[in-house]
Amino acid sequence: MVEVRRSTVLNAPIEAVWEILRDFNGHERWHPAVAASRIEEGGAGDVIGAVRDFRLGDGSRIREQLLALSDQETSFAYCILEAPVMLRNYVAIVRLRPVTSERACLWQWGARFDPPAAERDRLSRFVAQDIFEAGFRSVRSLLSGAGRARAAMPRSAPPSIALAGALDAEAIVATRHGGPEVLEMRILRVAAPGPGDARIRQSAIGVNFIDVYTRTGRFDLIQPPAVLGMEAAGIVESVGPGVTSLRPGDRVGYACAPPGAYAAMRTMNAALIFPLPEFLSDEAAAAMLLKGISASFLLHDVYAVKRGDVMLVHAAAGGVGSILCRWAAALGVIVIGAVSSAEKAERARRAGCAHMIIYAEEDFAEAAMRLTAGRGVDVVYDAVGKSTFEGSVRALASRGHLVSFGQASGDVGSYSIDSLAARSVTLSRPNYGHYTDTPDKLKTQTNRLFAALRAGIIVAERPTIYGLADARAAHTDLENRNTMGSLVLIP
Amino acid sequence: MAKVYVSNVVAAPVGAVWAVVRNFNGLPDWTGFVVESRIEQNFPADRVGCVRNFRLKDGGRIRERLLALSDYEMSCVYSILESPMGVENYVATLRLIPVTDGDQTFVEWSAEFEAAPDREDKLVEDIGRDVFGSALAALKARFAR
Repeated sequence: MVEVRRSTVLNAPIEAVWEILRDFNGHERWHPAVAASRIEEGGAGDVIGAVRDFRLGDGSRIREQLLALSDQETSFAYCILEAPVMLRNYVAIVRLRPVTSERACLWQWGARFDPPAAERDRLSRFVAQDIFEAGFRSVRSLLSGAGRARAAMPRSAPPSIALAGALDAEAIVATRHGGPEVLEMRILRVAAPGPGDARIRQSAIGVNFIDVYTRTGRFDLIQPPAVLGMEAAGIVESVGPGVTSLRPGDRVGYACAPPGAYAAMRTMNAALIFPLPEFLSDEAAAAMLLKGISASFLLHDVYAVKRGDVMLVHAAAGGVGSILCRWAAALGVIVIGAVSSAEKAERARRAGCAHMIIYAEEDFAEAAMRLTAGRGVDVVYDAVGKSTFEGSVRALASRGHLVSFGQASGDVGSYSIDSLAARSVTLSRPNYGHYTDTPDKLKTQTNRLFAALRAGIIVAERPTIYGLADARAAHTDLENRNTMGSLVLIP
Repeated sequence: MAKVYVSNVVAAPVGAVWAVVRNFNGLPDWTGFVVESRIEQNFPADRVGCVRNFRLKDGGRIRERLLALSDYEMSCVYSILESPMGVENYVATLRLIPVTDGDQTFVEWSAEFEAAPDREDKLVEDIGRDVFGSALAALKARFAR
């Protein structure tokens, strides 16, 4: 038997909070884990013994029975009848108490259950954080008004045939190639999903530098006017004929071409969409799927790093760079991070770098040689491109490997391969799509990424949030390097 | 039957707050209105059944019996044996509840009693404001972060 208890103080009158919580069938209005709720046999939610049937964001179901409800004690108790997780003999009690010294109330939420011994800590944490504390946050935001739009509109429409037609949704369109000013909010028709497609109601959208390149026309990925964006998270709204991997109500994410993510709703190929694990929030997923999947195949497939390898990472404080460093360090790799400032060197150190090189202070290839006593590094990860490529080759040990996966400083251009022979250097120029373009390939990467996140080997950092309508500001800030960490748009 | 209920939030972990309020003989230490207090018959202050005998600032004397003390629930129940307030069957409960969000403490103090009908409302108001309310405000100030 374990007992999990959490409590919080809400700055709202107890009557207002009780009105929200009392509705045993109303958790879909506020709890982030609950996509839809109904009372079985069409009964009322305040009949003792009523059974509610929740569909969770990941498509699974939980059935819970109301055991007690007291308007006098502002409390209710319920038990789980059926759940996809091992919450046996689960009984929970919710209780509100007034804080009479101000217009506030205490909300207590506790549960007892019998977990399998091996799952005890994980399930306790799941209940405490993903059920109780996540619920506290949602009701707090609902009370503050921030969540009112969500309250008015169910987070995910029930899987109903009535929704099968085209729908209108807000989207950010690049009206032509150019600066941030070419981005405009438009209302676009989102087609009903055709065969093999799914339509997603998106809740968080990642902003990446590739979106800037797409907008300016440096990358030839769109024909304006077109919607930008490579990654997002949300709920499956409906699926087209032949789709068996997803169901309406599933909480999902994706990170891939073609662009089109900057929208409140999107119809796309269902094979590119995957379920999100419960511990990863929509915002965190949108902020890091593309970067995390990149780091996954760069470290394991393009070149398989191994314990004792010495690795040089360019732009080690950047989005992909910092994940590469943290992940490789956890795998026993000695990581040297090259960065542009002392502040970024500190970020790189926190990301697990054993050594840091600041570009302006010394020649990074010479520094890498010095740090390895003249041997050179086993592998270089270089997304800087033009300004670093030649030095990266010089930094390598004999039979070392250079992974060139980006060009932040400009295209590498033509380069004579003869100089690679001086150290028998091998070279990769990987393309994201070739590691993620089938469900099997994608699953390899997402399984690996989610396992690393779950184990705490890498961490999803809190992104900076912009409204979808503020995409122009997000691009301006990203290009001016006014931001630290990831950027996410919320429709 | 009249009821009084007062609560507040103290910015300190529940253990630290319980260490202060658990002492049935400790009212002079944390409330503003008790001048001195002793436990009758030299009983320990955490012996259930003991009687505290204390004097208020205004000179009034009150005797209260400890009916229950729980370190598990962090609660204390007591009744009034003698007081100048003119109440009958007065039983009060002081309870602490942890607020895990921010590691704070919710404190609630409630009482039920009987009194002459024309005095009930005034007593409820006075006890709520001048006794429980003022004591909890003092407790909150003592732990203000």
